[in-house]
Amino acid sequence: MIMSGAQAVVTILEKHGTDVIFGYPGTAISPFYDKLLESSIKHVLVRYEQGAVHAASGYAKTTDKVGVCVATSGPGATNLITGIATAYMDSVPIVAITGQVLTSQLGKDVFQEADITGATAPFCKHNYLVKDVSNLPRIVNEAFILASTGRPGPVLIDIPMDVLKAEVDYLDDFVFDIPGYQYEFEIDKEAINKACKAINKAKKPLIIAGGGIISSGSKEILHKISKEFSIPVTYTLMAKGCLDDTYDLNLGMLGSHGTLVANKAVSQCDVLLVAGGRVGDRSMSNSSGAYLKKTVIHIDIDPAELGKNISVDIGLHGDAKDILMAIYSQLEKINRDKWFENKKTVEALDSNFKVSKGCVDPKDVLTCIASLSDDDAIYTTEVGQNQIWAANLIELLTSNKFVTSGGMGTMGYGLPASVGCKIGNQDKQVIVIEGDGSLQMSLQELGTIMQEDLDIKIVLFNNSSLGMVRELQTLKYDKRYSGVCLTKNPDFIKLFSSYGFAGSRLTNKENIEEQVKKMLSYKGTYLLECVVDKDNPTIYR
Amino acid sequence: MEQKHTISVLVENHAGVLSRVAGLFSRRGFNIDSLAVGETRNSEVSRITIVVNGDDYTVEQVSKQLNKLVDVIKIKVLDDNEFVGRELLLLKVKATAKQRAEIIQLVDIFRANIVDVSKETVTVEVSADQDKINALTGLLEPFGILETVRTGLVAIQRGSDCVE
Repeated sequence: MIMSGAQAVVTILEKHGTDVIFGYPGTAISPFYDKLLESSIKHVLVRYEQGAVHAASGYAKTTDKVGVCVATSGPGATNLITGIATAYMDSVPIVAITGQVLTSQLGKDVFQEADITGATAPFCKHNYLVKDVSNLPRIVNEAFILASTGRPGPVLIDIPMDVLKAEVDYLDDFVFDIPGYQYEFEIDKEAINKACKAINKAKKPLIIAGGGIISSGSKEILHKISKEFSIPVTYTLMAKGCLDDTYDLNLGMLGSHGTLVANKAVSQCDVLLVAGGRVGDRSMSNSSGAYLKKTVIHIDIDPAELGKNISVDIGLHGDAKDILMAIYSQLEKINRDKWFENKKTVEALDSNFKVSKGCVDPKDVLTCIASLSDDDAIYTTEVGQNQIWAANLIELLTSNKFVTSGGMGTMGYGLPASVGCKIGNQDKQVIVIEGDGSLQMSLQELGTIMQEDLDIKIVLFNNSSLGMVRELQTLKYDKRYSGVCLTKNPDFIKLFSSYGFAGSRLTNKENIEEQVKKMLSYKGTYLLECVVDKDNPTIYR
Repeated sequence: MEQKHTISVLVENHAGVLSRVAGLFSRRGFNIDSLAVGETRNSEVSRITIVVNGDDYTVEQVSKQLNKLVDVIKIKVLDDNEFVGRELLLLKVKATAKQRAEIIQLVDIFRANIVDVSKETVTVEVSADQDKINALTGLLEPFGILETVRTGLVAIQRGSDCVE
């Protein structure tokens, strides 16, 4: 069938089940926007292109679909970069489509021209500059497969305006043929045998669950292995929600902001099974030597991660779910002496820090929210103290979802991500944990929430400072506070009310339950501003 | 232990592939010693021969990260002594009429060729491994080398093994 390049793109998006895209138009991408009018695909107009990628990321993480975002050439495209890099670090399947100047003008520095394929190469799983419309349908189809298979990640397609307008004979007969790309892997049975032998012999086995547990759908098999063979589990930030936080063998998050019991267990265990995580430097560093004197078994779908960050004795390449199933069938039920503590609260939360008058403790607020929110509520967080409090203090169930920027640590992620989460899950509660710094990095997306008439609960921990960096300056820079004071913040409640959102301010412990109930039962977007002490720590000593 | 490793990489012959490969080396902090690219018998496939300096960890990471590039079809780290490797050198050296015979003699010993002669210069072409090229350059140094142009290493496995 003869159609325009733009129509072909829309047709393939529909074919891959895309029902919503997040974007911002401009001249070069206009032919695509024109064809979008006749499509069933919903377009969500964000207020800044970075928000489009973050929204697509939130959508992808909570729907098991590929998130799609669109921007125009030049600044539209470059505004996507932080979002793309964020998705790349956290392995989120995203297809980003950008308009480009005419092919005849490429390289001439014309108006709104930017080399976006060059600029995003380090942060994309793959990207394309499409110069010939006859390749366009194949490329868009490939992009979806690349983004969602193997280790997921963002794929960018840059399409010059004349290519979008040119006619192509669209044949619906795609053959995926990239000789250098494989996404179905044979399981190495010998390595599995070796791994199982090591675990069966272990006196103190421990599992570290990474984000791959969530993306491969391995929560259930993880729980079976842990429960039936009495193996405790700690998780990385990306795997929060892999097990119920109330489950007694769940030791909580590990790493620099994790629980003491989890970190102790990592250093004391004799066999360590890392499942679907790259073990980033915030989780466990090679230099700490925590991995020494033990057998390390590492499962990852990306073979480059095996041995990259920590030394590995047995590397298992493949999908975490397939490998865990294979391991499960070969493990022996062994009575092991209990060797770990399973008190998984952040012990030092009982430290001597006292909340000042007029402030609330994030711990009390988050505990209350966790207990009153729905069992399938979706949480998003920003980056900073709010993220660490959320990760450590919200007790999740496996039916919950936790959406956060882990690898990149991108402030301004949580609010636009919540837009994608809510649009993909209209029937679920979406709760954003905010800080006053992060909120003001994506504040404009309140406009998107308003226009889309979304019901999002925004919990703002306002300490009038960039708390995480301030805490660092407290601990490591002799309390010399530089550039971290937000001395003049707007009145957030008034600001939200100008968007038509409700809100209230929490300044004392007695009102927490009442205010949280009010927020959760309110129909529509609601701001719960919690005034927090500047010195309220995330790391307790 | 740091040492030189020779890697043969087959890539799809697309625009931008070389920049992806080179970009990967710089951003992951790998040091390229030399790099040579050319089409294979199949016009859709190019071969890049890369010499990288590093320890075993580095060379493993280099090949694994290269493998992740969608355009990369195959990678082989060539075993030392299991391949024939050649670089091409073009060298312009000062040569008066009197010195020419002596230079020609040296060039003959190295089985190199004279590809251009002028009143004051001789241009020598030699294809050899790095040691031999360095040796010839050293011997010609006293005459006054004006310019050298050198390619990266290309390498092919000995025996019947192929990277295809």
